Amino acid sequence: MFDRRLVVNFDWVLLLTVLFLAGAGIVNLYSATASWHASTPIYLKQCLWLFGGVMVALIICLFDYRHLEHFAVHTYIVSVGLLIFVLTLGKTTMGATRWIDLGFFNLQPSEVIKIAIILLFSRIFSQTASFVGYSFLELWKPFLWLLIPVGLILKQPDLGTATMVVFIAATMLLFAGVKRGTMVVLSILGILTAVAGWFGLHDYQRARIRTFLNPEADPLGSGYHIIQSKIAVGSGGFRGKGFLQGTQSQLSFLPERHTDFAFSVFAEEWGFSGSLVLLLVYLFLIVWGLYIARRAADRFGMFLALGVTAMIFWHIVVNLGMVIGLLPVVGVPLPLFSYGGTSMVTTMIGVGLLMNVSMRRFMF
Amino acid sequence: MGLDVKWIELPAVQRRFLFYSAAATLVFLLLLLRLWYLQVIHYEELQERSVKNRTRVLSLEAPRGPIYDRNGVLLVDNRPSFQISVMRQDVENRELLFDALSGLLGIEKAELEKRWDAGRGFPIYRPVPLATDVSREVMEKIQEHSVDLPGILTEVRPIRDYLDQGSTAHLVGYLGEITEEELARKDFAEYRAGDFVGKTALEKSYEDYLRGHKGKRLVEVDVQGKLLRQLQMETSSPGNKIFLTIDRELQRATDEAFGDQSGAAVAIDVHSGEILAMASRPTFDPALFAKGIGSDEWREMIHDKRHPLQNKVIAGQYPPGSTFKMIVALAALREGVAGEKRIVDCQGDFEVGGSRYRCWKKDGHGPTDLRKALRESCDVWFYQVGLELGIDKLSQAAREFGLGGLVGYPLPGERAGVIPSQEWKRKNFNKPWYAGETVIASIGQGFVLATPLQLAVMTAALANNGTVLKPQVIQKIEDWQGNVLFDSQPEIVRRIDYDPQAWKAVRDGLIAVVNAPRGTGHAARLDDITVAGKTGTSQVVRRKSDEEEEEEVNGDIPYRFRPHALFVAYAPAEKPDIAVAVVVEHGQSGGRAAGRSPKRLFSVTWN
Repeated sequence: MFDRRLVVNFDWVLLLTVLFLAGAGIVNLYSATASWHASTPIYLKQCLWLFGGVMVALIICLFDYRHLEHFAVHTYIVSVGLLIFVLTLGKTTMGATRWIDLGFFNLQPSEVIKIAIILLFSRIFSQTASFVGYSFLELWKPFLWLLIPVGLILKQPDLGTATMVVFIAATMLLFAGVKRGTMVVLSILGILTAVAGWFGLHDYQRARIRTFLNPEADPLGSGYHIIQSKIAVGSGGFRGKGFLQGTQSQLSFLPERHTDFAFSVFAEEWGFSGSLVLLLVYLFLIVWGLYIARRAADRFGMFLALGVTAMIFWHIVVNLGMVIGLLPVVGVPLPLFSYGGTSMVTTMIGVGLLMNVSMRRFMF
Repeated sequence: MGLDVKWIELPAVQRRFLFYSAAATLVFLLLLLRLWYLQVIHYEELQERSVKNRTRVLSLEAPRGPIYDRNGVLLVDNRPSFQISVMRQDVENRELLFDALSGLLGIEKAELEKRWDAGRGFPIYRPVPLATDVSREVMEKIQEHSVDLPGILTEVRPIRDYLDQGSTAHLVGYLGEITEEELARKDFAEYRAGDFVGKTALEKSYEDYLRGHKGKRLVEVDVQGKLLRQLQMETSSPGNKIFLTIDRELQRATDEAFGDQSGAAVAIDVHSGEILAMASRPTFDPALFAKGIGSDEWREMIHDKRHPLQNKVIAGQYPPGSTFKMIVALAALREGVAGEKRIVDCQGDFEVGGSRYRCWKKDGHGPTDLRKALRESCDVWFYQVGLELGIDKLSQAAREFGLGGLVGYPLPGERAGVIPSQEWKRKNFNKPWYAGETVIASIGQGFVLATPLQLAVMTAALANNGTVLKPQVIQKIEDWQGNVLFDSQPEIVRRIDYDPQAWKAVRDGLIAVVNAPRGTGHAARLDDITVAGKTGTSQVVRRKSDEEEEEEVNGDIPYRFRPHALFVAYAPAEKPDIAVAVVVEHGQSGGRAAGRSPKRLFSVTWN
């Protein structure tokens, strides 16, 4: 079972890239929470989560990812079960029901479903993708599998995660190939859903979108986050204010600066130059993920790597888009960078899957 | 698996990888463009906003310039006072807060709400004052309960401190909170709502000198507005020191001489025109204004019949009575109407145009010359001489001495008094002048009105051989580092030319008033200094009906109809230094009531 090639082919590039980003994230968290007086500093906790995450990733490397294809359906069913469970018995905070309290850890089934959807769709697409691409009729089953968890997540309500799940699935589907006519129909459907969705939104969700369009209308209320974040980012200038010198973050003008708005802290203190480096490394991670998919030994591995990369990509884009005012404020963390165990573990599961696919690329 | 490889290696699938990589790169490029837009293109604007976020400019009160007497004795200073203010942004429940605060401060809730509303225009991080100059006990109580009073803070701010108990209140004036109209004016650009500014007299006229320059503190705050550290500081510079011409000892003596009586007294240095003492009674406590006067107290003050807010030295207009006789005498001598030796036989009354004018002494003075007429204040002598002189010549002489026009008091509020003439009467009443009016004008009654300051200037001119001096109240202004900004110089309004004999004759008469037997001004006599002076008793105009009603009921003359007592004096008679004018309102008799004041003043000066 254990092959010398596994060690030779271990993806150090991926691991080092991930460690670099997570390391930068921890350094940034140290600054973002410098004025806090907690018994355990946030950056130390994040170190623990990173350590745990790396362990999870390494454990995932231990077995051949191809076994996962058989468990994809089970994982999916359990995940949906957890989503139903959380809706009925979950912990409610700030008007949303998203967690299951496991004592040491708040399990967020909506995170688990991301991985589950990636596994399920990898299985479906690797088995059925054809040269000609999918037609509309062939897709009703995958749609159903997608709509069930998305509907449950929207019910929580968690628009951000639901969007993420749809984006991940769509990215995978588009790669698998869709007939031209189907593509047109899907596009139209997508637009119609968006329009219909506006009316189905909760008031606070609609307010967020309105705020995104014009944050200055309510600078101390709903526009506050985005305005303060823009000020933080912009006032960093080209060279940044310097580590621990960001006034927006150090003086607490920036809200949620250790979680969703961690990048604003970084951009304020390291400026455009620092942000450029960080973004290039993130881009490298994405391109490397696609490279892993391309080199995968089989179609399942390819779709798996692609799905994980899509997951990381969309998180990065939506989070950054949000903190620099390109997208509405939805609570999506920046992978490896924002503080949070759930995000770290989910991302590292994905990274573990990528490593797994990468190191077994020559194993036929 | 072979199938897999084939699928992946399809050019179309390979293109998809390329396409995905390119798309991801494009999206990142878009993010970087946005970052460039924020961090480079809009850097300055956003940088400025981040600075604005975290910095506040706090102004540092500049201590108002202190006021000294001519010898450097502090009269008006500043002292620290406790002010209870509210930081509105920290208040969650105003009702609850005011409920608690009302009891501690002893201020009605409605009043607190009014003061809160008064700060509506302030920026949110600026505290709004709720109670000024609270006692240490109240301050300590507030501190004790500070946990239950979120947003309430105790500030220490300088407040005007009057060390002379309001003795110079009329000269110095008082402060009040700046009004909205004042705030809108250009010369008040440096002020903010809640500041105190001079409202009257010196405090108002010399506002520019006294206010100093506010300092600034640039501080860093966090998101709650909590002050973190000081970034920059520009210290305030205190206002300039003003040295008055007032001598505190003389001022105090002048005040005390009045006792409970009302009136005015002013002492002038005959060489320089500097006012050494000026008292206007009753006075008021300017400290009441320093912390913001209540409307009840204010109403009480402006309705007080004795006019405590009026500076009677410059704004009180009284018939000068017999103090005016020196002018008549001088004019008569100059015009050759009557010589020193001119004898008029006083039988107690005088008749002209069918009317009888009485001398104050019913039995008459008998044959009277100038000296005796002055000494014993014989009215008939002056009736006769005045009539011969004519109103216009008399009027001209009086005007030369500073009567009937502003003497140039350097602060606002001075009134001109009245010196009538034929033309004046035609203009004001459109009626011809009557001889009887000349008669009563000759004893400083009728139309004639003068302020105590005018009488002092007149007396000083008599004492210094005819130099009419502009009165001064500010001796010197120094900035806080001791640089002299202003140093007063005597300002001569005019020189009046009289024959030395004429001066001497009148002066001798005035010496006799105080020192000779039967002189009317005995009350001002001193053993070691020769005082020269002239008494006066001036009738208060009253309507017939009033007289009948009140006089008959009481037998005694009611207070408000009692004549004013006047006294003008200078000393030492041989080589005069100081001239004084005193009016005791309703003091009955010039010699007795008004003579005390110069006596005290002179004895303080030379003992």
